Amino acid sequence: MLSKSEIFKKGLLDVAPHMLSVIPFGIICGAIGVEMGFSPYLVYAMSIIIFGGASQIVFLQLLSGGASSLIAVTSVGVINSRHLLYGAVLSEYLEKLNLLKKLIISYFVVDQGFAESNKFFKKNKNQRNLHYHLLGTGITLWVCWQISTILGIILGTFIPDELGLKFAVPLTFIAILVNELRKIDHVIVIFVSGISSLLFFEAPLKSYIIISPLIALFAASLVLRFKK
Amino acid sequence: MSWSSVIIAGILTYLTRTTMITLVDRRVLSTKLIQVLGYVPAAVFPAIIFPAIFFNDYGNLVEVTNPKIFGALVAITVGYLSRNIIATIFSGLISYWVIIFLL
Repeated sequence: MLSKSEIFKKGLLDVAPHMLSVIPFGIICGAIGVEMGFSPYLVYAMSIIIFGGASQIVFLQLLSGGASSLIAVTSVGVINSRHLLYGAVLSEYLEKLNLLKKLIISYFVVDQGFAESNKFFKKNKNQRNLHYHLLGTGITLWVCWQISTILGIILGTFIPDELGLKFAVPLTFIAILVNELRKIDHVIVIFVSGISSLLFFEAPLKSYIIISPLIALFAASLVLRFKK
Repeated sequence: MSWSSVIIAGILTYLTRTTMITLVDRRVLSTKLIQVLGYVPAAVFPAIIFPAIFFNDYGNLVEVTNPKIFGALVAITVGYLSRNIIATIFSGLISYWVIIFLL
């Protein structure tokens, strides 16, 4: 049996390699926010209140591009709906916790932490206090995210506009998505979403950001039907 | 305006995290829905990537020779081969800068 602190440390170490991608992503997120003209306090507060890199960038980009807050908030919801999947998978291992602990630990469920803790949970089903691993990955990522967005906000005020840092936004998302290009069903969904976004770009209130993922998810459910 | 929408977006995000852990029995999600949720990244992120590359700041289609298209292709190739997130982002940025500043 591992002790609570050993499990926590295991989580910290398992998620450590992801720092290499989380830190530049956080820096970009902070820098882009101030470059777009948002108050540094608002840009930073998002890292605590939302704590989800991709959705924070999209949110800022939509608001700065003139989208309504309703569209911006809805798109954050759509992007983050993947957490429902993580929660559904993790709930099996967190069932025995009391409500307060569940409410606290939920805040720390993020992509990389989910990936690493889920691997650990599968291998150590009989361990007690498994949730300390999720706290280890989650808190480590949280601290890194806070520091790197602050760093980005400070750097962002010095980075000249000519560098075209805005281009780092699609590149960051390409980096997140590039592994999915290995699976043909995902490639289909990617192109359906991308082409829809170009076709519906002129739709009112920047609603292409909601319309295109919905069309693509519909395509995904068709793809699933053919896969069987 | 912005502050209240950040707070609402934060509450919404927290709900996506906590719903399946505290509120809902996971068995209410059908396997079909769980499978579809697995496609959420592939459905969401291209809607950000494509317009950012193929449109300019005024919402017009860019030409095929646009440095953004070149940078994106470099990033996709490097990312596919290296599986490294930092290499993907920086190869794209650097090839973009080479074109706009040196050529």
